[in-house]
Amino acid sequence: MNWEILGIWLGALVTLCLYSFLYRDNPFYKFAEHLFVGMSAGYWVIYTIENVLIPNWWLKMFPAEGGFNWVWLIPGIFALFMLARIVPKIAGLSRLSLGMIVGVGAGLSMVSFFQTNAMAQVKGTIFSVATGSAWDVFSSLVLVVGVVSGLVYFFFSKAHTGLFGKTANVGITILMVAFGASFGYTIMARISLLIGRCQFLLEDWLPTIPRLLGIGG
Amino acid sequence: MADFYEKLGNIDRRIIFVLIALAVIIPIIFGMVFPNPVGAEPSRDLFNYVDSLPEGSNVLISFDYDPSTMPELQPMAEAIVLHLFQKNINIVGMALWPQGASLGQDAMSSMADSLGKVQFEDWCNLGYKTGGGVMIVRLGSSMSAVFPTDRDDVLWSEIPMLRGITSLESFSLIISLSAGDPGIIAWVMMAGDRFGVPIGGGCTAVSAPTLYTYLQTGQMVGMLGGLKGAADYETLVGITGGQAVRGMAPQSIAHIVIMLFIIIGNVAYLSQRKKGGAK
Repeated sequence: MNWEILGIWLGALVTLCLYSFLYRDNPFYKFAEHLFVGMSAGYWVIYTIENVLIPNWWLKMFPAEGGFNWVWLIPGIFALFMLARIVPKIAGLSRLSLGMIVGVGAGLSMVSFFQTNAMAQVKGTIFSVATGSAWDVFSSLVLVVGVVSGLVYFFFSKAHTGLFGKTANVGITILMVAFGASFGYTIMARISLLIGRCQFLLEDWLPTIPRLLGIGG
Repeated sequence: MADFYEKLGNIDRRIIFVLIALAVIIPIIFGMVFPNPVGAEPSRDLFNYVDSLPEGSNVLISFDYDPSTMPELQPMAEAIVLHLFQKNINIVGMALWPQGASLGQDAMSSMADSLGKVQFEDWCNLGYKTGGGVMIVRLGSSMSAVFPTDRDDVLWSEIPMLRGITSLESFSLIISLSAGDPGIIAWVMMAGDRFGVPIGGGCTAVSAPTLYTYLQTGQMVGMLGGLKGAADYETLVGITGGQAVRGMAPQSIAHIVIMLFIIIGNVAYLSQRKKGGAK
């Protein structure tokens, strides 16, 4: 059996089943949907055991050279605490694990996040005005005006009237332009996925039909 | 005339689906390829940065995506890998997404085979490691502690090209091909801003507007956004008939169809509002 062709056919049939939803909900779509969800769940369980639990925990507790590192029992116990959520009486234990995850994550990323997404962005907005060619300066001014007027729009402690209101209007206009750009990019992404599927169906799957039927070599 | 506009406004969505499908399928069947001029864009910035790296430099590519975003990111991966190999730059691959390691392996091994590059001397794949940003911070102090072996369990010490590499600072550039989180933002935050390593990247079109802000501040040296970014890099590297370049014809025609429907929808809406039917 040619496994490659079998794989291509399975991929094509499941793709067509999923696209059939565009006409209306139907059993083929339901089958493909359930297949996808079930296979994803199964795949992730095995992948996590093989690639996360065994190398990062089990092999460290029981190293290849022998022995037993009892310290690694601690993360194991915390992992079991996470599963306590499914037993209502001891569900509170999971908070210990979640607390540790959130605490470590926040501690490690708080300063970095502020530096990367606040300080550097503010600096980039302020200092961009003074450098570059005339076009760069113009672009930078648009950026600064956009940022300030956008912030003004979200300032609700003062009525949006007079100069303040006009600035807020500039802000909402710039926000709409930004949303439009995001919408355009989103369409590009979705169409790209459709193109990928169509290229697969037309260039990989369709040529296998004559081969299977013994037409055209 | 008013009825006509009303009918337009209530057009069956399945007709739109068919037209979009035709707009994509017909250009693919007829092999249509549109010119893809590349201006002074973030794609060119990334290309120029890679082009300016000296031979023998080490570049880390993190394949942070999975098959669901392959149409956009795999052509980027192949074009970037080809460019790096052409420049005789060593590539160390890794992934923050589990399936990214396999997709990266496909991109690197296929390009390496065509250019005669040798695994473990010119390129290697360290594989997937969980942890996202926290793991990147650890890479900043010791790479071999995080990746004692590569994807195929070959020991770090047995891979010749890794002998001079100790931490993230051993790399001239880090490129993240990212479909979401963890991805480019984690690399900018934990590697770029923390350890001062230049960061470049490629991303899906959905996340491109969010990431453009890192270009203006200089936190990224260049970026490929969506299929257009992939087509740009293919053009700059000189790949003829690449997957992304071929995808730009159906992409453009589908966009025209969508824009036509946006215009039709607005005309129908305004007409109905004039009549007093829509609010």
